[in-house]
Amino acid sequence: MTTITEIAILVLAAFVGFEVISKVPNTLHTPLMSGTNAIHGVVLLGGLLLMHEATGVLEHVLLVIAIAFGTINIVGGFLVTDRMLEMFKRKPELPEGSADKEIEGK
Amino acid sequence: MIVATLFIQRLNFIDACYIVAFSLFIYGMSGLTGPRTAPRGNKIAAAGMAIAIVATLFTPHVLSGSSTPWLIALGLVIGTAVGVPAARNVRMTAIPQMVALFNGVGGGAVAIIAWIEYRHHFASGASLWVEKSQIPTLFAAIVGSISFWGSNIAFGKLQEILPGRPIKLPGQSIINGVLFVICVGSAIVLAAGTHSQGLFIVGILLAAALLGNMVVLPIGGADMPVVISLLNAFTGLSAAAMGIALNNTAMIVAGMIVGASGTILTNLMAKAMNRSVPAIVAGGFGGAIAAPAAAGAEDRGPVRSTSAQDVAIQLSYARQVVIAPGYGMAVAQAQHAVRELEKALETKGVTVKFAIHPVAGRMPGHMNVLLAEADVPYDLLKEMDEINPEFGRTDVTLVIGANDVTNPAAKNEPGSPIYGMPILEVDQSGSVIVLKRSMASGFAGIDNPLFYEPKTALLFGDAKQSVSDITSEVRAL
Repeated sequence: MTTITEIAILVLAAFVGFEVISKVPNTLHTPLMSGTNAIHGVVLLGGLLLMHEATGVLEHVLLVIAIAFGTINIVGGFLVTDRMLEMFKRKPELPEGSADKEIEGK
Repeated sequence: MIVATLFIQRLNFIDACYIVAFSLFIYGMSGLTGPRTAPRGNKIAAAGMAIAIVATLFTPHVLSGSSTPWLIALGLVIGTAVGVPAARNVRMTAIPQMVALFNGVGGGAVAIIAWIEYRHHFASGASLWVEKSQIPTLFAAIVGSISFWGSNIAFGKLQEILPGRPIKLPGQSIINGVLFVICVGSAIVLAAGTHSQGLFIVGILLAAALLGNMVVLPIGGADMPVVISLLNAFTGLSAAAMGIALNNTAMIVAGMIVGASGTILTNLMAKAMNRSVPAIVAGGFGGAIAAPAAAGAEDRGPVRSTSAQDVAIQLSYARQVVIAPGYGMAVAQAQHAVRELEKALETKGVTVKFAIHPVAGRMPGHMNVLLAEADVPYDLLKEMDEINPEFGRTDVTLVIGANDVTNPAAKNEPGSPIYGMPILEVDQSGSVIVLKRSMASGFAGIDNPLFYEPKTALLFGDAKQSVSDITSEVRAL
């Protein structure tokens, strides 16, 4: 892939990102942040791609750390986001009707 | 079978998987637009991540070499062993720390990967000009390193290992400027290819590390929502840059989404505090204003304190009560007690609403998560613009552990350091009850004239205990 194609992807992704994220309500900003924590764990892929090229103890140790860091992001980020979002979802008794119906209707 | 093997070997398969993966990231994130679709969105994004990881493992050579698969497995196991219990056990009050830490490890991973990529491809020095991936690699090294160290400092402040007050050196901004110039200058020297020393990259990483420390140390606790969002954006952008260097579309798109998210949140938070991002990064919310705050405290006159019983009577006979929670509610773990009070009041026919300031707490949306944890229905949570016109119709406002976001000085006193910051206009309601531990000023160190108003009464004590006391008094009425 040429650099210019990659920069095109980068720019388009930025626009899509702004478009999607700006619709997230204030209520969900904390789960949004922990969710993006999980998504930037994608750097794990970089660690995976470089491991077989590594030479020497230092590089191997560093890459194991990088992979572990990326995994912490992905596993921890998605799990904690899920935990939070379930709290927003569950609602046993509710005084106001409209939101109630919305929940039941899912 | 042969066709399939060819397909995999020609990399189309991997690229196709990446396209599926980043589509799922975007689709998953778009689920976060509502609480109802959000859990599914999160799971979809996680599925995208799983596809990206598996596809990467299938990439030719990735598992070649006798020790490579084991080392990869080791990294994955360590990460899972740390990540799962952390995510399971973290308290909702500690989410800001955890997000800061996760930002940090993400930035650290980027910096390490950039360093190793650099060692392999550019340390020899030959024909550096033509290597297109060098500039993004250097960018990722600098920004990743800043994010790692900055996030660790932010974590230390939030976890109260480090003092939340701004820590400032003389000539701080000059030092920061010099460090920045060292980072960028060294990167340009490296990219120009006239010097080939591998040590340069280490120098860049170290200068960026120092810069990360120096930038976050002077930022006060009240500015934490901005800092966390900013570091989030940094980590995302560095991951996207690394994606360009490694020709990895999944990394480019995912990193950019995170970058966009962090940028949006940073701007929202800065706007909610009426401060510019550069001013916050330049440092020192509390530092500059501690002195006028102390001076102002003396001539405000006495405060009126009240008892749980009086508060309970006032609340029970109100038509509408608004609860304005702040970080103090989180510290006291009072969210469940608050939910009980809300229920007790509703059985008495009182309308209860929650007023959520965008920067209440230590990160964007922090109060919403805490109240959701306590099962408060999210339609009772009102954002600032929605609730401010309602204060005039509100009989009693109960301020729980919030201070600066209710400070009328932001509207009335042009000399105040927070003048111009949008606030919850609690002083418009019939009467105000403030739950406080003591008369100490808020995280920003600014005195709050609200406490001295005749319609304001203060109930001193631990927020959780106070709320529980009020609840039992309400029930006894």
